[in-house]
Amino acid sequence: MAEIKNYTMNFGPQHPAAHGVLRLVLELDGEVIERADPHIGLLHRATEKLAEHKTFLQSVPYMDRLDYVSMMCNEHAYVMAIEKLLGIEAPVRAKYIRVMFDEITRLLNHLMWLGAHALDLGAQTVFFYTFRDREALMDVYEAVSGARMHAAYYRPGGVYRDLPDSMPQYQASKIHNARAIKAMNANRAGSLLDYLEDFTSSFPKHVDEYETLLTDNRIWKQRTVGIGIVTPERAKALGMTGPMLRGSGIEWDLRKHQPYAVYDQLDFDIPVGVEGDCYDRYLVRVEEMRQSNHIIRQCISWLRANPGPVISDNHKVAPPSREGMKENMEELIHHFKLFTEGMHVPPGEAYAAVEHPKGEFGIYLVSDGANKPYRMKIRAPGFAHLATMNEMTQGHMLADVVAIIGTQDIVFGEIDR
Amino acid sequence: MAADLNLLATRLQEAFGPQLASLDIQLGELTIVVKAADMTAILNRLRDDSHFRFEQLTDLCGMDYSTYGSDLSEGGAYYGNDEAQGVHARRFATVYHLLSISNNARLRVRVYAEDDAMPVMASVVDIWPAANWYEREAFDLYGIIYTGHPDLRRLLTDYGFIGNPFRKDFPLSGNVEMRYDAEQKRVVYQPVTVEPREVTPRIVREDGYGGAR
Repeated sequence: MAEIKNYTMNFGPQHPAAHGVLRLVLELDGEVIERADPHIGLLHRATEKLAEHKTFLQSVPYMDRLDYVSMMCNEHAYVMAIEKLLGIEAPVRAKYIRVMFDEITRLLNHLMWLGAHALDLGAQTVFFYTFRDREALMDVYEAVSGARMHAAYYRPGGVYRDLPDSMPQYQASKIHNARAIKAMNANRAGSLLDYLEDFTSSFPKHVDEYETLLTDNRIWKQRTVGIGIVTPERAKALGMTGPMLRGSGIEWDLRKHQPYAVYDQLDFDIPVGVEGDCYDRYLVRVEEMRQSNHIIRQCISWLRANPGPVISDNHKVAPPSREGMKENMEELIHHFKLFTEGMHVPPGEAYAAVEHPKGEFGIYLVSDGANKPYRMKIRAPGFAHLATMNEMTQGHMLADVVAIIGTQDIVFGEIDR
Repeated sequence: MAADLNLLATRLQEAFGPQLASLDIQLGELTIVVKAADMTAILNRLRDDSHFRFEQLTDLCGMDYSTYGSDLSEGGAYYGNDEAQGVHARRFATVYHLLSISNNARLRVRVYAEDDAMPVMASVVDIWPAANWYEREAFDLYGIIYTGHPDLRRLLTDYGFIGNPFRKDFPLSGNVEMRYDAEQKRVVYQPVTVEPREVTPRIVREDGYGGAR
């Protein structure tokens, strides 16, 4: 009789399908997974410890670098926790801007996820298509904050500045002549909202294109249907949130059930899956993109009609205007104190959670009354999801590990923190 | 959601009564403190009792309260916050954030470890499997030991790391640094050469400073 031996295999930390620096120690019986032991921490930067040594405002840019494909949603949870402790509210226009950018961020995240997931499973074309839309949305990020990814746009008390009235224009170059440039600038003639409206009118057709490529694709179904099934009971017990929980058929969305910002004013639906497999989670995320597009359109029409302040006028929290600072001694002092010493947050503890594209992203903030947090704990959705890797992969084939990593939407910035 | 907080508080009082070391509602969040000896029974009931149904452990984190409200900071001594001092009786604690999907409620449970020198408490992996990695993380960063955990290994720090980096007495710049040694042709560890510095000092102001709330 042939001798049967189990193999132990290292998957990563340098592997294109590991979505970053995941080291997965797999115990294999032939090609079947017996046990999976993810080793994480290769990207650990101790963000939580760093935050204890910085003022509240200085930690905002660190939030972008947690889940680095859904930047503004991370910031949202952080500024909400600070606002809760301070007992202040952002102006309503700032809340609409935040919701609009949260949904833009959700599109950015899901597009990245869709492209990378399809690429992992052998469909390269989708990746190129999704980056076309990501490019357009990153231009929106850049127009509003100056940065294409790490925006640092949300601030305690509101957002950094109002939406710009004009979009940056392409300039003529060696590659593009004047006529080509004119065509490229065609949708950039108006304000940022005009540009975004143009995007949202064409985006549903683009989602249809992605679905044409994948939804009924025989190979795509063979790779995802019946893979990584999670029952609703296990999904809850394992701490799954977001599309991972909804894919198993549980209708739970913080935007609906514990609404924050202005989500209770907006109309949208929550898609849920039936089987709890990779294919259902794919369908859930695709439908979420359509819903996000719908929310963005509602925000655009509200923001057009309702001008107003976008950041709190409490200068202990938010900086005074540039003009005011140069004419008024009081405001100059406020500006100086805010950016050197920082704001003082009353003693207490607060937990603020948002429906992040990947699940529930929460910030648990403890203050002892100083100008720095006493402790900040980041509740990252991907951390709980990756912890289920052993259970989800057991009994599956080696190739399915890639599908399961993909469906969990793993990003190491938030898992390792 | 805020409306049922009082109802939930009453039900907690009825169910556990003297076992609750404290119960308070702050900023629309309900926090209870329970003793390490009672925690397993209480948390089990919080999950299973139809009044509570906290079927999900959203978050679990270690805490080190040793410098809470104190006048110590990395660079020296500062004004302490007298009100904040003495709020926490023990140095180490674990904070559980529970979520009930069926009742749409959240609850924070804090359990202090009895012994400051050797913090030990019961593992909740049997109650919520999600606790597995969270407890490994708290063990790694704070050195809190969870009895009954099936696989209590370090999670986030390097292989062979010494110390518990999130304790308040662990320096931000660490104790060792790593570099490539051209003579030995390998990566070596050596004591850290970075001078500790504090860009913005930690400051606590008296109430109502500068017209603040």
